[in-house]
Amino acid sequence: MPVLGRFSLGGGNPFAPDAVSTARGLGLQFSLPDGELWRTAMLHLPVFPFRTPEAFYEQLFAFRPDPSTGQPDPAKVQAFLAHHPESAEVLKVIKSQPAPTGFGDATFHSLNAFRFINAANESTPVRWILTPAQPWKTTLSQDKDFLFDALIAQIHRQPLQWRLIVIIGQPGDPTNDATIPWPAERQQLDVGTLTLDRVESDETSAATDLNFDPLVLPAGIAPSDDPLLSARSAVFAIVHKTGRRNEAAARDHASRRTQRRLKACQPNSPPSRGCCIGRWRR
Amino acid sequence: MPTQFPAFSRLLHWTMAAMILTMLFIGVAMVASLGSYHVLVSIHRPLGIAILILVVVRFVNRLLNPPPPFPATMSRAECRVAAASEFLMYGLMFVLPLVGWGMLSAARYPIVLFGSVHLPFILPHDVMLYSVLRIAHTFLAYLFFLTFIAHFGAILFHTLIVRDGILKRMAPWNIR
Repeated sequence: MPVLGRFSLGGGNPFAPDAVSTARGLGLQFSLPDGELWRTAMLHLPVFPFRTPEAFYEQLFAFRPDPSTGQPDPAKVQAFLAHHPESAEVLKVIKSQPAPTGFGDATFHSLNAFRFINAANESTPVRWILTPAQPWKTTLSQDKDFLFDALIAQIHRQPLQWRLIVIIGQPGDPTNDATIPWPAERQQLDVGTLTLDRVESDETSAATDLNFDPLVLPAGIAPSDDPLLSARSAVFAIVHKTGRRNEAAARDHASRRTQRRLKACQPNSPPSRGCCIGRWRR
Repeated sequence: MPTQFPAFSRLLHWTMAAMILTMLFIGVAMVASLGSYHVLVSIHRPLGIAILILVVVRFVNRLLNPPPPFPATMSRAECRVAAASEFLMYGLMFVLPLVGWGMLSAARYPIVLFGSVHLPFILPHDVMLYSVLRIAHTFLAYLFFLTFIAHFGAILFHTLIVRDGILKRMAPWNIR
């Protein structure tokens, strides 16, 4: 199944230099054989720091760098975290875990819960993750594009792979709260391999102008009751509306700067003329 | 001389009136909403396509079944404005869903109607085009809303002030 994707770095500034402390994102579009599309926008964070659209909105102000110091105002951050203990908890968890050195060793998380619907119309709560198949280390560098440069070089050497793991929720697992992890013992289903083996440039890739709206879902996958999902979908659409006339802001919405794209072709087409290929195989 | 629209015309009129008003309000609500955006847009898409199909049926029906004459209380100029606004509304019923379909195509948002049933993209992937069509969609929707208010106002004026029984032409029930 052909896959088109876009790697990204978190943060509001499209010109900020690469840093390992920055959240890494991966947006993917799966093109199903019947023409349906599935898009997912993932982050390397195990859980999302903000529970509701309102909390997300508030943090934009709380964490905004003070122009005089270039750092967020500690008093505002403290006030926000006091008001949102769940965010404080998540940030503690994120800080306690070693960050991936680059893109290729990052585990990407769906963050929000979704529902899988079977033929009998029964619904199962799920989350999914992509776990890297390659051992990989990016060497730290002062170069401002070192994370993306390392990713591009790596894919030119050999395809990068991830396993797509679906985590099956149990009744009682929160589906409306992306700040709470599900118990580690939940059943995990390995449903296939994502192979990314071609890089495209920002200027020419179809992924440049693709909106990785998490609610572009095929039949069989449905949104959960997580309030962030509809908000993500709505905000993506508004940002997209501005088009190129406001490109910087548009590029900012899921907050990424230089993006390199990975493009996919038919799974078994010959890799001629450098064409191709990202693909997903069961 | 018939004084009423044919029954099928009246059925189309009232069905589509309800659908279009619903659409206008869903449209305004969904762009202002975060929490209900997805649900509203999931209704907006198939409803818009249904209107697009129905307006074609309606236009053919309009050509086959001409409307009854306007009441004698209407001046010639008024008749002309009324006829023009009728065709303006047909035009908007046709163009608005088409612009919506086109803009989603240009941004490569899948045009899902329900389940796995979806429509093909009708325009190339181009965010500039999306941006222009997205603004046109809003502009035309407001124009439609204004036209609706003018239509509604004119009928109210004739029904309550002039009292020429104009509403009977389109009454859902049969008038002898």
